[in-house]
Amino acid sequence: MEKLMKTNRRDFLKVAATATGGLFIGFYWSGCDSPKMQVLTDEEVLSQAFNFNAYLSISPTGDIVIYSPNPELGQNIITSFPMIVAEELDADWAKVRVFQAPLDNEKYDRQLTGGSGAMPHSWERLRKAGATAKFLLVQAAATKLGVDASELTTSNGEVLHNGKKKFGYGELVSDASKLTAPDEVPLKDSKDFKIIGTPVKNVKNNEMFTGKPLFGLDFYREGMVHAMIQRPPFGMKIKSVDDTGARSVPGVTDVIVFKNNVAVVGNSTWPLMKAKRQLRIEYEPDGPIESSFDHDRIFKELLDSKNAQVMRKDGDVDAAFKNAAQVITSEYQCPFLSHSPMEPQNFFAHVKGDKVELVGPTQTPERARMETAQLLGIPKENITVEITRLGGGFGRRLRADFVVEAAELSKLLDKPVKVTWSREDDMTGGAYRPAVRYRFQAALDDQGNMVGYKLRGVGINAGNSTRENNFPSGSVDNLLIENIDYKSPITTNAWRAPITNFLAYAEQSFLDEVALAAKKDPVKFRLDLLARAKNNPVGEIHYDIDRMKGVIETVAEKSNWGKSKELMQGFSVYFSHRSYVAQVADIIMENGQPVLKKITAATDCGVVVHPTGANHQVRGGIVDGMGHAMFTNMTFENGLPKQRNFDSYRLIRMKEVPEIDVHYVDSGYDPTGLGEPALPPTGGAIANAIFAATGKRIRTQPFIEQKEFSEIRLQIRRA
Amino acid sequence: MANYNLKINGQSHQVEVDDDTPLLWVLRDHLGLVGTKFSCGIAQCGACTVHINGEATFSCTLPVSSVGSSEVTTIEGLSKDGDHPVQKAWNEIDVAQCGYCQAGQIMNAAAFLKKNPKPTLEEIENAMNRNLCRCGTYHKIREAVALAAKII
Repeated sequence: MEKLMKTNRRDFLKVAATATGGLFIGFYWSGCDSPKMQVLTDEEVLSQAFNFNAYLSISPTGDIVIYSPNPELGQNIITSFPMIVAEELDADWAKVRVFQAPLDNEKYDRQLTGGSGAMPHSWERLRKAGATAKFLLVQAAATKLGVDASELTTSNGEVLHNGKKKFGYGELVSDASKLTAPDEVPLKDSKDFKIIGTPVKNVKNNEMFTGKPLFGLDFYREGMVHAMIQRPPFGMKIKSVDDTGARSVPGVTDVIVFKNNVAVVGNSTWPLMKAKRQLRIEYEPDGPIESSFDHDRIFKELLDSKNAQVMRKDGDVDAAFKNAAQVITSEYQCPFLSHSPMEPQNFFAHVKGDKVELVGPTQTPERARMETAQLLGIPKENITVEITRLGGGFGRRLRADFVVEAAELSKLLDKPVKVTWSREDDMTGGAYRPAVRYRFQAALDDQGNMVGYKLRGVGINAGNSTRENNFPSGSVDNLLIENIDYKSPITTNAWRAPITNFLAYAEQSFLDEVALAAKKDPVKFRLDLLARAKNNPVGEIHYDIDRMKGVIETVAEKSNWGKSKELMQGFSVYFSHRSYVAQVADIIMENGQPVLKKITAATDCGVVVHPTGANHQVRGGIVDGMGHAMFTNMTFENGLPKQRNFDSYRLIRMKEVPEIDVHYVDSGYDPTGLGEPALPPTGGAIANAIFAATGKRIRTQPFIEQKEFSEIRLQIRRA
Repeated sequence: MANYNLKINGQSHQVEVDDDTPLLWVLRDHLGLVGTKFSCGIAQCGACTVHINGEATFSCTLPVSSVGSSEVTTIEGLSKDGDHPVQKAWNEIDVAQCGYCQAGQIMNAAAFLKKNPKPTLEEIENAMNRNLCRCGTYHKIREAVALAAKII
């Protein structure tokens, strides 16, 4: 069945027979994987291509230009977005060239990467972009042939009549691009997809694997200066600066103090790294100066505070707990974390009078522009933002602090400048995942039914550390979710799967405790709660019960849940960012020692557009969730992180990763996002497997620093 | 400041830099060879891996003054057309997510396979454990090194 889509959104208002131009520095297609005939240069193709819409131009040679508007940080939308356009266009993928579009909010909506939202947001738009152009090409062909368009079909970049090729798309673009785009276009039935759902190679492989300049840090401009910045500890301000030593380093041309920062400036990076160490900066307090033991005390105080914000309340919680046959209470805690993308923060800025050029790795180019406009008092129309590839983001690059400081320095220096953060700058520069402590309580009746549930979250700059309408809300008669947010000078920010990246671990571990106390199988316990929510919901339900049930049942089947005496298994399921992921971790005993062997995941993210990319996001999310749950800690002493580089800030490595078995549930939904949802369940699945294997419940991250964990001596080996 | 004559990717390059300048920054800032990546700066992550006389080496802590007449190979010089077996395997397995660490991974894998052309999976893991990938592409890296061993 074909769907009819209206095309009157703003990305389609630009349909016109104008050739595309524009600036696409450093991005060019040269796939090494396919037998492409690279006859024309990108410039040649772009100069003669006809523009069909914001995403698509086609040249008379049949070369197809597809623009990917959203920042690329490893989620591979630079491949999967064009796949969707090419699918509906019936394009020959070998003739597709992909370009990263610069920021253009006249052409594009939501040109950002965050919240696992790019694919759900753009799915229809991209399909229509291809389908509309195909429609016009067919119309042009029909006119030329003097037949009705309904007699024509398309395949692989060609228009056919009675199954015979009549025109290549290139022969039609001049005529087609003059036609008016229709309000509605038919879209393909998913069973006819030829590109979507296939493992198309990443369009940037050749450039990535041969060392071409792609990332922000790879951007150099004739005449630019380099800068590095010493930023203050949290809660401190500059009292005095002695820059004598820094200025004496050969290659350093300037030292500038601005807004509590000290910038060293020069013509290359290394002298700046040396000069920064020579800076003698005296700081003085500018607010509370906190250490990790302060946070531990704050957690304890606030968990017992009388004043908490009620996020959700169902039934009569006090009565439920008073009359309970059994009450289970547990606390869970997670530390601050740095995002630590492999590419440290950096940005290029060139302020030229009332115009600004920005180039670099940002998840939010629009925010970069807005904050720069505000800072400099320059109209945002005068600011261009070129989006380079991002060497990871994880939420850190949603901010624009690293952009505006470059813009400010460029203005102060009156020069183009690239600001580079060292790893230490990146790790001490703030915007962390917040630290949170939770207290969970469950009331069971004498049948083992969960009749009461309480959660209080206390976060350090976490905002709302709960997800009050998420499961198990809706399945419990008496429920109270509370939040307390402590304001700290230590800055925090969204970190891949914000809040849920630790809430899921805590909640799914706690539900495991409750299932055990209720003497129920952990999977059955969840399914019973979901059945309750389905048949007799309590209050509002903000998750899809059937989709959650689907991934639970699939992961139970694929992991042989409960079927093997040899396997000690831990189960977890979580809904975040519109998608559902259930996981089972397997531990087996080898020579008397527990060995984590495998994690099985079942994911419902709707249509899997790009299986390679999807597998990457699921596996990568699990590795990310596992690594940080097990190994990574960030602690503070007097307003400064104690972990400043990868020698003390431990990231997961190859030998610490078990086998990961990935499955998908086809629920028939359009794509619902996958950059984040696989991460949240992992910590809980592992903690629950550890309990199943050893009887030790690990309630604090990172696991490796907990006394109970060191006694277990868990090994990790692939099956 | 001193003059150094470096042999990089089969070509001779002159640079005038301080003795303690790490090879990484000579490559990136002075020679425009930006395929070799900066990430930790303290020899912990492997993003800066190059070959020094065929040996996988962290260039972020290697002072230019100690390079001497050694042959330096960077990702740009690993093969002429991007068709070194390791590069081909990386494409075939579609290893990368963000891709920032992958040049270093490829350089480490290429040096390793030269020494040990038929490695076991355990040997692959031991060799590749020194390179961090924040996106968690470890499964694919292992798979790609194994494939590269087959096609070398």
